[in-house]
Amino acid sequence: MTPAHPAPGRPHDQPRTDAGHPATGRPHDRAPADAGRRAAEVAGHVRDPEMPMLTLADLGVLRGVDVVRGDSGEEVVVVSITPTYTGCPAMATMRDDLVHRLNDAGFDRVEVRVVLDPPWSSDWISEQGRAALRAAGLSPPGPAARRAGPVPLTLGPPRTAPPCPRCGSPDTRLTSEFGATACKALYRCAGCLEPFEHVKEI
Amino acid sequence: MSTEPGSIAHGSVQPGSVQPGSVEPGSVEHGGIDHGSVFDGLLGGDSSQWAFGTDFEDPLAGVDTTTPDGVDGAELAAYCLMLGDDALIMSQRLSEWCSRAPDLEEDIALANIALDLLGQARLLLARAAAADPGVVPALPEGSPVPPEDALAFFRGDRDFRNVRLAEVPNGDFAHVVVRLLLFSTARLALLERLRAGRDHVLAAVAAKGVKEVAYHRDWSGRWFLTLARGTDESRRRLLAALDALWPLQAELVAPHPLERSLAEAGVGVDPASLREEVDAVLAQVLAVSGVERPDRAPLAGVGGRTGRDGLHTEALSLLLAEMQVVARAHPEGRW
Repeated sequence: MTPAHPAPGRPHDQPRTDAGHPATGRPHDRAPADAGRRAAEVAGHVRDPEMPMLTLADLGVLRGVDVVRGDSGEEVVVVSITPTYTGCPAMATMRDDLVHRLNDAGFDRVEVRVVLDPPWSSDWISEQGRAALRAAGLSPPGPAARRAGPVPLTLGPPRTAPPCPRCGSPDTRLTSEFGATACKALYRCAGCLEPFEHVKEI
Repeated sequence: MSTEPGSIAHGSVQPGSVQPGSVEPGSVEHGGIDHGSVFDGLLGGDSSQWAFGTDFEDPLAGVDTTTPDGVDGAELAAYCLMLGDDALIMSQRLSEWCSRAPDLEEDIALANIALDLLGQARLLLARAAAADPGVVPALPEGSPVPPEDALAFFRGDRDFRNVRLAEVPNGDFAHVVVRLLLFSTARLALLERLRAGRDHVLAAVAAKGVKEVAYHRDWSGRWFLTLARGTDESRRRLLAALDALWPLQAELVAPHPLERSLAEAGVGVDPASLREEVDAVLAQVLAVSGVERPDRAPLAGVGGRTGRDGLHTEALSLLLAEMQVVARAHPEGRW
């Protein structure tokens, strides 16, 4: 038997312990805790369709996994996911992947729910996820802006440029704030002259 | 990715062949079936990457779409159509830029912005349908078209509630920069306020939208400045686009009675309340660009009625003809 994803630690437990989130901590007629743990573990291994070096849990898209009893006493896995961007075209794929994986693991009834509030933030990408991004040559996001009041207009060069994920040079330039997927910007490195993608702060 | 190719093989397993409880977490394996194809390993050996979903889902699955107390479902639906149609029609115009921008980066930027707005439109139209199913056009029995698609593809021009700025035909690159600056400046100000509204779906869509539209406004503001301070030709084109589009700006901040009513109910935003902020942002862009605020009167409506009332320019009909033709030809089609 080959472990599907020999991820260290228990990152898939993150969504379940996210105190204050509406999808967690509700008083359910819970199935045995073991089923919940197993379902969370399976869901925690499902990867992002567009950035497959990350699990949905690493990306912060997986917001909760609960096992509840359905009307006739059967186990129902309720998975909550949140879109990174409103137009994210990968939501249906994420849902299908979650359903397939959980079905394969013996959970016959799976419901995938969309959580819109609170909106996804790049701050939710786990440390493990950031390391996986770097290892794949992608630049992880810096801290998202926290502000009260109107969003300021930025007409100059935006924010601090991230260091090159390949050579580490701090001398990088923004090419475009829009990239191959909604969540990435394009940069180029003046040190190694390679272009790279940066996961945007939102 | 240390997963071995073939260790997970969804497609080959019959439903029910895995007994509940028989599979150890993290060791999903189905009889060691090895597909051995040239595509193995392309996506980290994770076969789920090939299971790209194609079917539609309810974009508001699991979201509480109860209409807030004291709000009429039909009014809320009409309001959602206004905000959703702005995004949908603007997205369609931006999509027309695909493969036509001056360079690849800007082509991708415009497509990204179109996608963000399409996502907002989808949620807003779905919210409209949930608030009042009566707004959804009737389709043949058994049609698989979800409500938000029925609203996008099976309504006539008079049922669209978007501002006319979104629908006028595209021009040159300066034109799309100016149009997007005017549009996103007003939309960002609106979404910032809508976050505090009493309708949970609208507030959540707005909270996400603020983050997205902030990027749209920055993109268009930077290009406005670049074109204004660029060459004589780029400045000439920018000023021409600004002159052509300015008469449509006022409609973005002109309140429709329905918008006022929903603002009073604590659900919507009165566009008139955006004027100060919108003017300040535009003044900032114009000042750094060395461009005077145009002195052009707003484009009149028909008997005072404008886009929010379903009164449009002929450009909308042509846009809809193209956008809707395939869906209308195949109302029972599956995609």
